[in-house]
Amino acid sequence: MSAVLRDDPFVPQLYRVTRRTPEGADTVTLELVPVSLDPPAVSAPPAVPAPEAFLVPSEFSTPATAPAVLSFQPGQFNMLYAFGVGEIAVSLSGDPADRTRIVHTVRAVGAVSSAIVAMDARAIMGIRGPYGTPWPVDEARGRDVVFVAGGLGLAPLRPAIYHVLTHRDLYGKVAILVGMRNPAEILYRPLLEQWRARLDVALEVTVDRSDPTWHGHVGVVPSLVSRVDFDAANAIAMVCGPEIMMRFTVNALSDAGMPPERVYLSMERNMKCAIGLCGHCQFGPSFVCKDGPVMSVRRIGSLLAVREV
Amino acid sequence: MAGLEKILLQHPFFRGLETRLGALVAGCCRNVLFEAGGYLLREGAAAQEFYLVRQGSVALEVSAPGRPAIVFLTLGKDEIVGASWLAPPYRWTCDARAVNPVHALGIDAQCLRNKCEADHDLGYELLKRCQSMLIRRLHATRLQLLDVYGGASP
Repeated sequence: MSAVLRDDPFVPQLYRVTRRTPEGADTVTLELVPVSLDPPAVSAPPAVPAPEAFLVPSEFSTPATAPAVLSFQPGQFNMLYAFGVGEIAVSLSGDPADRTRIVHTVRAVGAVSSAIVAMDARAIMGIRGPYGTPWPVDEARGRDVVFVAGGLGLAPLRPAIYHVLTHRDLYGKVAILVGMRNPAEILYRPLLEQWRARLDVALEVTVDRSDPTWHGHVGVVPSLVSRVDFDAANAIAMVCGPEIMMRFTVNALSDAGMPPERVYLSMERNMKCAIGLCGHCQFGPSFVCKDGPVMSVRRIGSLLAVREV
Repeated sequence: MAGLEKILLQHPFFRGLETRLGALVAGCCRNVLFEAGGYLLREGAAAQEFYLVRQGSVALEVSAPGRPAIVFLTLGKDEIVGASWLAPPYRWTCDARAVNPVHALGIDAQCLRNKCEADHDLGYELLKRCQSMLIRRLHATRLQLLDVYGGASP
């Protein structure tokens, strides 16, 4: 690939799916590593990739030791390109300390996400990124940390949770509150069970609709805020989920005494360029792709209930 | 201040209540313990006693023939179990089952209603607190009904 194309922010890098983990009927977690574009035994691909150029020959193997170029900050997102279908923004959901692969959890809701969810292991996709602002894991040091996740919103929060738990001694109390649609759709259930077994974390899961197998909380996740112990005067909250759920959670955190400048949300808007050029993701005076996706309620709280934004 | 009155005024529902009014409410109060699986309320029964949970979890559920009971809400520490004692016909409209051992303050509803009729300061204070709880639950129920997790990816 020419230097011009390599530096073009709109040209994706090729990644191969190395593992595909179903997370319910319409959601998968994909682990990906970069495809080497410079194998010694074959000629280089064309400088300007035609659609068929993305059908990477099998000789283009994934390097045994993937390059350590996979760094990202918790909260950032990539643009995932299903060739011939389109591109979508998806938050990184793996452990930021793991530089050997990247992880995305995707739910099939449209043409592109459905194409990505249908990908098998060894499938190739294009990836641009990482982009966007991170969760305030550094600002949270020395404070209590409250994570509130709703549904698939747990995926963008997971890297921040990994980070905080890896550096557990740097933080105060840690509460992880998770709301899901029903017991069958609990995302990352084995991982949640693992975290819940820790003695230094308060983790509560609630479902909107229960079934006979469920013996945990039933009700909406903002209701859990008043049930966990944290020092509102010295805490940081990180919230991700459907926007309605985040609005209710912001209210619950405010009722608990949390100031808006220490409540952070991960916003979602239709992203196209991901680098602040096209304006598709405009949210009031901000672009979600470059000013977000993680933004404080101090900054965007007044816009949350405005329909026209 | 007597033990029950002290416990009562420490519960978030009654926190800040004037001492005189607290003493009136405490006169209708008793300490109760429900073992796991025990029922605090039964659907259709007279709403004679409601509960301030001090410890444990309570599942509110509705049963239907031929299927397991449906749990639609769980309540925990510092919450109130039972609202139908507030308005006629004073009859519970769901079951409330102790998920695990539940320590609670039971409040005799008829006793409290009588005191509210006799002392409107108490009645107004109590209704303000109940109203706040009911509005909070109404909002939560609205969110629960919206099925917000069925939509697009964050």
